[in-house]
This record gives sequence, C-alpha cells and structure tokens, in this order.
Amino acid sequence: MMDKTIEELHDLLINKKVTSKELVEEALKKSHEVEASCNAFVTILDDAKETEVTDDLLSGIPFGVKDNYSTKDILTTGSSNTLKDYVPFFDATAVRKLKEHGAIVVNKTALDEFGMGGTGTTAHTGVIRNPWDLDRMCAGSSSGSAAAVAAGVYPYALGSDTGDSIRKPAAFCGIVGYKPTYGMISRYGLFPFASSLDHCGVLTRSVKDAAIVVDAMKGIDELDMTSWDSKDINLYKSIDGNVKGKKLFYIKEIVDLENYPDATDELKKHLEIYHQALDKLRDLGVSIEEVSIEKNILNALPSVYVCLSCAEATSNMSNLTGIIFGPRGKGDNVMDMMKDHRTKGFSPLIKRRFVIGSFILQKENQERYFLNAARLRRIIVDKMKDLFKKYDALILPVSTGVAPYIDGSKDELTKDNTALLEEHLQIGNFGGFPSITIPDGFINSLPVGINITGNCYDDANVLNIAYALESQMNYKNMIAGGRHE
Amino acid sequence: MSKYKAVIGLEMHCELKSNSKVFSSAENSYNEIPNSNIRPVDMAFPGTLPVVNKECVRKALLMSLVLNCKQPEYMYFDRKNYYYPDLPKGYQITQMHDPVGVDGKIIIEVDGQEKEVLIHDIHLEEDAASLDHYYDVSMIDYNRAGVPLLELVTEPCLNSAEEAVAFLETMRRIYQYCDVSEGDTKKGQIRCDVNVSIMDPDATELGTKVEIKNVNSFSNVYEAINYEIKRQSALKDAGKYDEVEQDTRRFDEESGTTIHMRSKVDAIDYKYFVEPNIPKYKITKEWLEEIKKSIPVLPRERKKKYMEEFGLSDYDATIIVKEKVSADYFEECLSLGIKPKVAANWLTVQIIAYLNKYDIELKDFYLKPEYLKQITDELEKGTISSKQAKEIFFKALEEEKMPKTYIKEDNLQLSDKGKLEEIINTILENNPSQIEQYKGGKTNLFDFFVGQVMKETRGKANPVMTKELLKEKLDK
Repeated sequence: MMDKTIEELHDLLINKKVTSKELVEEALKKSHEVEASCNAFVTILDDAKETEVTDDLLSGIPFGVKDNYSTKDILTTGSSNTLKDYVPFFDATAVRKLKEHGAIVVNKTALDEFGMGGTGTTAHTGVIRNPWDLDRMCAGSSSGSAAAVAAGVYPYALGSDTGDSIRKPAAFCGIVGYKPTYGMISRYGLFPFASSLDHCGVLTRSVKDAAIVVDAMKGIDELDMTSWDSKDINLYKSIDGNVKGKKLFYIKEIVDLENYPDATDELKKHLEIYHQALDKLRDLGVSIEEVSIEKNILNALPSVYVCLSCAEATSNMSNLTGIIFGPRGKGDNVMDMMKDHRTKGFSPLIKRRFVIGSFILQKENQERYFLNAARLRRIIVDKMKDLFKKYDALILPVSTGVAPYIDGSKDELTKDNTALLEEHLQIGNFGGFPSITIPDGFINSLPVGINITGNCYDDANVLNIAYALESQMNYKNMIAGGRHE
Repeated sequence: MSKYKAVIGLEMHCELKSNSKVFSSAENSYNEIPNSNIRPVDMAFPGTLPVVNKECVRKALLMSLVLNCKQPEYMYFDRKNYYYPDLPKGYQITQMHDPVGVDGKIIIEVDGQEKEVLIHDIHLEEDAASLDHYYDVSMIDYNRAGVPLLELVTEPCLNSAEEAVAFLETMRRIYQYCDVSEGDTKKGQIRCDVNVSIMDPDATELGTKVEIKNVNSFSNVYEAINYEIKRQSALKDAGKYDEVEQDTRRFDEESGTTIHMRSKVDAIDYKYFVEPNIPKYKITKEWLEEIKKSIPVLPRERKKKYMEEFGLSDYDATIIVKEKVSADYFEECLSLGIKPKVAANWLTVQIIAYLNKYDIELKDFYLKPEYLKQITDELEKGTISSKQAKEIFFKALEEEKMPKTYIKEDNLQLSDKGKLEEIINTILENNPSQIEQYKGGKTNLFDFFVGQVMKETRGKANPVMTKELLKEKLDK
C-alpha cells in the first residue's frame, strides 16, 4: 500500500478499501524493516494512532518527520548528543498544520547532526544507508527522510534544506525533493542551522504529492516574521502539465562536458541523461537556452556558503549549553559546565564549522570574510533574479552522478574540479528560490536526479515544469529495490 | 574638589513599559514568582523565533524623536554574541549598525543652569535573565529575559557627578512623561554604565577612560563617579597616572569603592551581525509623524509655562512638574477653572502631604480635580472657611465621598447678617451679668460671647461677621 501516491491512498481510504489504521500499521512495520536495513530513524512511534478520514487528501495517511522539527511530547534530537533526551513541549508550525490536516506522524527520521552535513554519516544514531544500495550513502542532511520515502515507508517525509539537504538526498534516493520559496513554510520549531538559508520542505515520490504536502504546511505564521501570506496560492490545483512556451536556462560553466576533460563514464552518462531530459521538455514546447555566468562568481559559491552558514550556525547553536535543556555538563563553574556539554556533545564536523564561523565573525575578519560573502551572495542572487526576468527557471543536473559509497575509498572520482556540480543547489538557498529535484534516470541501477529552480513566489510554475517533465519520464513513484532500468 | 576636569559618559538602560516582551509574547510585568512570565523563546528552546513587538519600536522611536536624534530609514536588529548563564540564546538581540536614534541632544538643568547633553545613540534591545548567587548555587529567573530595554548612550560631555545625576533624573522624568517606562530603580528598571576619566583643565586630549558597569541607582552613580574622580586624581597627583588602566570596574555599595573586573585587553569580541530572523522594514514618514504627535508636553516646557504664564514660584513649579501625574492634575484643575495659585497651593501643600503620609500615588488619589473644585468654589464664595475647607478635604478622603456631600445647607457657614444678629441678640439677653462685667473692663469676655455664638451655631457662624456684630453691640 505504501508504494502509492497520496491521491491513490486517499481514494482507497475514502472508498474504504483500506483503513487509516491499516496504513499506520504498515508504515510502522516498514519503519522497523528500514531501520534494520538503513538505520533511518531516531524514533519509531509504535503507538501512533489512526485518524479520521475526511475530504482532506492527507487525512488518515502516515508520514515521517525529520528529527530537527520539534514534535510535542516526542523526542526530538536533531541527531545530536547535545539533545539526545530532549522532548519539546510544542509542535513546529509545519508539523502542527499537517496534524490538523489529519496526517499521522509515525517516525522521526535521522539526519546529519543538526542538518550540518551532506552525507548522512554524522547522526548520533550512526550512519544512514541508501535503500538502493546499503553500501552507499543517501547524502544529507535529510538522509533518513529520503531513505524512508524511497523505501516505501510512507508517501512523504519532512526535510529541511540549508544548502541542498532535501534536494541532493532526493536525487541519490530516486525521489522528489522540494523546498519552496523562503518563508512559504514557517520555520517555527525547526532547529536552526543558518536562519537566512534554512528552508522547510518535503521529500515525496511524485511532484503532485510534494504540492499537496506543501499546500498543507505553508502559510503566514505569527511566530515566524519571515513567513508570508500565500493563501492565494494553491500548488496542487495549479498543476496542469501545460508548459508550452516556457523558457528554461542552464549554466554552461556547470554542465558543459568540456569543463571536465577527465570525466568518468558515470559523469558522462549523468550529463547524457540530463540532456535527454532537456529534450523531453523541448518536445513539450519548452525552450531551453545556455547561459554563461562569470566563472569567478560561480567558483565562489562554496566559500560563500561556508562563510555564511558557519557564521549563522555558530550563533544559532549558542543556546546549546546544557543549562536549560540537554544533558548538564560537569564543571566547577557554569562556564566549565557549558564547555563540557559542548565538547562532549558535538561531533568533530560541527565543531570544525563552529570554529570557522567564529573566526569569520571576529571583528578583524568580518569585512574580509563575512561581509564579502554577503556581498557575493547578493551579486549571485541579483544575477539570478535578472535571469528569471527572462526565463521561467534554471534546470541543472544534481551532483556528478549516483550516491557515493559510505566508504569513500571505493568511489571512482572525476579528477577535474566538480565542485560546481556538487554545490550549485546552494543558489536556491542564497536567493530563497523554489527548487525541486526529481529523478531523471539510472546509472548502473542507481538513480540520478535533475533540479529545477525558479524565482521567488513562482513555486506553482516550478512545480508545473517539474510535473510536465516527470510525466514524460518513467520515474514517478519509484520504490528502492523495485522497478528500475 | 579635584583640580582636574572630569569627563563622564553614561549608558543608561531603561526597561520599557509594554504588554508583552520585545521579541516574545510573554507578559512584560514585574513578577515576584520566578520564571512565570516566560514563553519558549525566552528560554531559547530550539526552533523558537523572535517576533518584534511593534509597540516597543514605537516607544523607542518616540524617545529618539524626543532626544532630537536622527532616525534610520530601516528598522532591523543585530546579534551580540557571548556566553553567559543569564543569556539563554547565547546572543542578545540589539541594535549596533543602525540604532533607532543617533546624534541627539537634550537640555538638562543643573543648579539652575541649563546644559546641553549630547546623545551618541539610543537603541532598542532585550534584557537578560536575572541571576541570584548563593553560597554554592546560582538561581536563574527568566522573567526578565526578553524584557524591552532602551539603551541611551551619551557623548562624554558631562563633567560632574551632579550633572550625571541631573541628566539621569531628567531622562527618567521624560520616560515617565512619555509613558515609555515606569523608570523605577527599585525594581531595577534603570541601570547605568558609567565612563569616567580626568584631564588637566587646559588639556585637549582625554585621559584614560574607566568603565563602571551595572550601577543600579542614581545615588550609586553619584558615589561611583566621585570615587573614581578621587581615585584617578590621587594617582595623577602622585605622578602615577600611568597606573590608571583602561579597565572595566564594578561599584561596591558596601565600601563605596569601585573594583577592577577586567582589562581592556580582555575585551569581548561580540561578533555582531544582522539578526536574520527579523526582516528589515521601512520606518515610514507617516508613522514618525504619528509618533511625533503623541509626544506630550515635557516637564521643562511645562515648568516654564507655569512660571511665566501662571506666575508660580520656581519651587512650586518644580514640585508640580516632577511627575507627569501631578502636572496633569494641576492642568486639569486649571481647565476646570480653579485659579493657578489656588490649585498649586492645594497640590503642593495638602495633597502632597497627604500622599506622603499615607504612601499613596496621585493616580490613586480619591479627590480628582473636579472634586477639589467643589471645595475651592465654596471657599472662594466665602460659604466655607479655610478651616472648613480642610475639614471637608479630609472628611471626603476618609469616607471617599464627594466634598459637596459635606457642604449641605446646615453645614454652610452662617453669613446671613439678619440671622446672626437674631442669635446674638438672644445670647446677649440671656447673659446680662457678663455684659456688665465686660463693660466694667473685663474685655477678655469678648471671646466668651464669640464662643456662645459658635456653640449656638455649631461652629457655622461666619467668624469675621460674628466679631463685627458683637463688637458693634457690646461697644455701643
């Protein structure tokens, strides 16, 4: 049952072919299987209860929540030892809204500690594995959510995205990952990583499902000043698949194979699949143009991201002292207690980011690093906004190919600098742009993805293009280990 | 008095009056029960976000206007990052880059002389939690965490402890007048950081600046400044001025001295950056105009008016403008038609004495100006004596009844000449022997007759008229 879309499940529920209780039971059973194979969860809610089935598409249907969303009375760890026993007393707004739609939380999914990683290997509960190949990673940080949705635990799980944390794992797991425009979904209750880059979003197996879930989560929230009123937007109803006359662009410096003379067969195949997808869109009457952007600006992307995200993260996570919540550290005085808590609680990766963030924010370094990064962010975003005046969206391949091995030594890497292919999704976070990844093919029985990013508030357009492309391909609603080429 | 010139700058932190905290929906009120006025954001639970209280921004802008500052085009906040147990988020939301006001000035009065104080900036921020330290534990009360604070920073333009305190008093009064703050130092609503340096009177370069943190009363500000001037002067006198270190000190109330806390070299790098969770928003001209209109007439202007237009003495005017409630009371009396000097007299003598005696505030005082008018009107008409007026005043307060309740017909002063004459005639007829003795030279019996009249009229007889009539009749 859980391999079905939300619309299909809703029909089955309404027509009493299945009950909400049966769906919950199946989701829980599957959760335990996926936990055993992929280590995808922090908590499985074995006492999750069915809900009444109403006209609401989400009613009676189970879903998963990334463990950096606060869930009332349910352990929420951020996959960090600093909060390993923390039970919030309020729901994140996004979770509350889904519950109000009759959706049922069945588990909390593991992530890279506080979302600050892209591998799924830094959760305090251990490495998260890719259901398509257990030796491979899911990417991160929404690793558990991606694994669970790909493995068919439920039709959707919540994710968060600061650099690419929804959209990259989606690509590596053969599913859909969508982060809407910044502020469309309230961040209240989401553990912050870098507030100006953090987005709530969802991982699903179809574009329509993503639209349905975000329609339910979005809306202005008096608890988040960066949220905005989107009551006139109905993503689900806006999807009609008609994309004739739409104009897309891609960035030459990122996708041109000439940039990668030493490309592996995998990368070549990945870009071939990508161009095939573009052709499918062209068949629907979409025009796609190549745009060139100054390489210097593009090359700065990863550094800008590191500067801004680490700086904000250092400050955002200063509340983790073990004084009010989290395990109390040891020490003769309160400062030593805080130090002990943080020294023991955080993984080395996070500490490294804190050191970088702290350095960047120091008075003598602010101008050179932090403020220059902010300026470059502005330049990149302005450039994109300029392009969005002419084009509906940017379309690019995600990463250099399939999910890497957890044991990195097994990977065969392209010797050229492929950082731009790996990092370009950050553009979506810099500008708060709506951005969606969908699967566009397979390499050696492993899925790869393609991403579409549009202008702020133009979510419906972006989803519609993604839907049109999805409809032209055969990768909708895939379950790992099931159908593939 | 030191032979050196003291240079003083103040940072005045004042808690704002508001329904809720500056970035949280928790109530902003003084509460004896620790940790009762709190919301998740005040304790920095993960995922909570600040939401700006517009009323606090309005009040901050109002003070910026009062202080003749420049207002920024956009409102936004900065994070000041540091670790301390009273700071739940690990940073304070404040304004560093673009405060609500910069480059302002305000005139204060010191010993009858006017002085212009230059304002460096005024900014809106949140307070930290309060800590209570015991022998082996410390207790944290988050009620204060997130309470709106206005920090006012002067230029180093004050030259004595008297000037510093006069400035603080003036500002407190303005805060109260503008209903921006209660300004109660007893509740810790005003706290100051004081910068003090000394220099030779003819020198052009400032001396070494010493900062005294967190001084919590005006008298302590006064003492701390004078102690620092004395300490620094003594070192300078002894040729050891290089021992004056640019440090941060605290004021020790018990010894009346300042104590070294940390040196300039240990200064904290607060790693300021723009608060990303609060979007920048434009401060419109319309809004500023609206705020400007809501500024009340301030004490200095009122005092001037009272003296120049109403002829009050400096002393009376000073007392009346000390608090906005009393100035408002006074002005309401005037608008009801009570004469300025009469109103001032009642206010500065009877009312203030009464308030002090029973420790109540004017806002809770039963006799509103309209009630006071019931007394002053009768007094002016002569229907009651000033003694009676006072009696009615106290009686009305005691029983919380309108004064006119006590100004009934039979209570009124008996000023009807015919009636009084009748009474006097009867008394004289009934006391022939006393008349004889009086006429025989025992003139002090005059008071006996007055007493009889008062007895007969239960004290209501107009005393002046009584005496006149008696004299007339006895002396003929």
